[in-house]
Amino acid sequence: MSLKSNLHNLKEKYKGKKMAPAFNAIHTFLYAPNETTHSGSHVRVVDDLKRTMNTVIMALVPVLLFGIFNAGYQHYAAVDAANGVIRQASIFGNFLTWENFIMGAWTVLPLVIVSYAVGLAVEFLFAVIKGHEVEEGYLVTGMLVPLIVPIDTPLWMLAVAVVFGVVIGKEVFGGTGMNILNPALTIRAFLFFAYPTWMSGDKVWVHQAVDLAGGPDAISGETILGYLAQGKGAEMSYSVADMFFGFIPGSVGETSTILILLGGLFLIFSKIASWRIMVSAVAGALVMGLIFNGVVDAGWITETSKFYGLMSFAFWQHLIVGGLAFGIVYMATDPVTGAQTNRGKWVYGFFIGFISVLIRVFNPAYPEGVFLAILLMNVFAPTIDHYVIRGNINRRLKRAKNATILPKDSEGKTQELKAETV
Amino acid sequence: MALLSKKDANLILDPLADNNPITIQVLGICSALAITAELKASIVMAFSVLFVMGMGNVVISLMRDIIPSKIRIIVQLVVVAALVIMVDQVLKAFAYELSKTLSVFVGLIITNCIIMGRFEAFALANGPWRSFLDGIGNAAGYGLILVIIGFFRELLGSGTLLGFKVLGDPIEKTGLYSIGYENNGFMLLSPMALIVVGLIIWVQRSRNKALIEEN
Repeated sequence: MSLKSNLHNLKEKYKGKKMAPAFNAIHTFLYAPNETTHSGSHVRVVDDLKRTMNTVIMALVPVLLFGIFNAGYQHYAAVDAANGVIRQASIFGNFLTWENFIMGAWTVLPLVIVSYAVGLAVEFLFAVIKGHEVEEGYLVTGMLVPLIVPIDTPLWMLAVAVVFGVVIGKEVFGGTGMNILNPALTIRAFLFFAYPTWMSGDKVWVHQAVDLAGGPDAISGETILGYLAQGKGAEMSYSVADMFFGFIPGSVGETSTILILLGGLFLIFSKIASWRIMVSAVAGALVMGLIFNGVVDAGWITETSKFYGLMSFAFWQHLIVGGLAFGIVYMATDPVTGAQTNRGKWVYGFFIGFISVLIRVFNPAYPEGVFLAILLMNVFAPTIDHYVIRGNINRRLKRAKNATILPKDSEGKTQELKAETV
Repeated sequence: MALLSKKDANLILDPLADNNPITIQVLGICSALAITAELKASIVMAFSVLFVMGMGNVVISLMRDIIPSKIRIIVQLVVVAALVIMVDQVLKAFAYELSKTLSVFVGLIITNCIIMGRFEAFALANGPWRSFLDGIGNAAGYGLILVIIGFFRELLGSGTLLGFKVLGDPIEKTGLYSIGYENNGFMLLSPMALIVVGLIIWVQRSRNKALIEEN
């Protein structure tokens, strides 16, 4: 008997029992179910939840692969730098090498496996206890989580954070589709507040930097934002091209703006993610960046100010460093936690970009704020939608009130109900 | 012959579980979030409130017939304030370090909604013995939750209990710390206290379905 029919039999056997959702989930994840509807008047659409999730995962695969190579590359680059050798990144010369891939895969894949194993275990547990079907929501979250944490995050910390994020961020609200906060960002925020030493500083972004710290082989890799926050922008050896292509230290998947951009375009063309949110978030970030640049140009702050480094950073470069691009494309566009109305999406996105750069500059302990900005706007998204809908109702009421019925025209009845609209 | 009649016993037992001031009535949350980072502070706070509430309820109950209803809130405030100052002075005299940890929150017992709530809802309408039991019961229910929150926050946040390093030494890497365990700094922040309260409410309501509100 094949696995499929085995699973089908198990499903039938446990029908109505506690474990039924678990077998159901495995069966429908791997195969098309035996019982599908063949006739009748059903709405037939192809973009069900599973397909939506798979599209996002497809858009994430290039980022993940790049993250794997970059993990290895940053490690060897830091070792070189410790020995006084400055590396020049070249894609085929020293980036896409087996050495980088093996080192990267060895460190990144455990993060992916732990994230999926723990998260899905929690999902299955809740489905069995509460007797509902296992939902596909965690498939994307589980892929996002390893991409937004520093490379050397201890696996048990990740596991604790995933349990917290899935239970407190999602399951208490009723599971997939009912959550207020983005679960992946809840996990990131939990890690950030619970274990700050593993989430910031110049040691966590490069593999093994923590283990080697203090020894003769010590290596380090500060993020670009970290350099700027300490006012050491001039010591940085990364070019704008490095930032754009992603040959810089940072969380696993956030560095390569070009691949994130391609992923974003893919999501827009497959109509999975909202282009309104992405465009307005980019606009918001640029506006805030311009304001800060203006403050510096006007001479309101001096070079001795601790905000000078980040404020004087060219406004458009904010988009290609740190997690801003990744957050805008993959996190802000989450259809559950984002604004639902089109007008609301513009407001929601704009504030995400705007507040991200604001927090980035003014956060004294940690020069990044995308995840905080998105979580904050997640909370406000229902409020934004409420006022957009209220505004729409008021506009239409006003239109109805101002409509005038003109006196009867002698020529014909068509003119009788000509309404003047506002 | 029981010490208390069933009705009187319920005055103490109800607030411990099914009518808990924090988890069911959702009162007194501010102090539950503010001072529960350490177990010791939670326990002291619990006993302070126990004293203020037991005594306060008796005093108000004794005066209930002579308090003009128009100024009863002011009278209640004076009673609470007097008792709180007593607690504050005792703490300052005998446990100065602790009173510094609790800082302003001892004074803020005055604003603890549970106390005024019990004065209004119970002491003004019942005799001193029953008011005393009600005060003790509600304060104990409040204290119980405080101690539970304090226990988890101190254990997971600092790795200690009442100041003892039960999980090993984080700096010398002994005990659990030798295998890479680290304290959870989030536990020391107030938001996590709110989440712990939420988890307690969750557990309590899934054990007793009668507590789940209709909506």
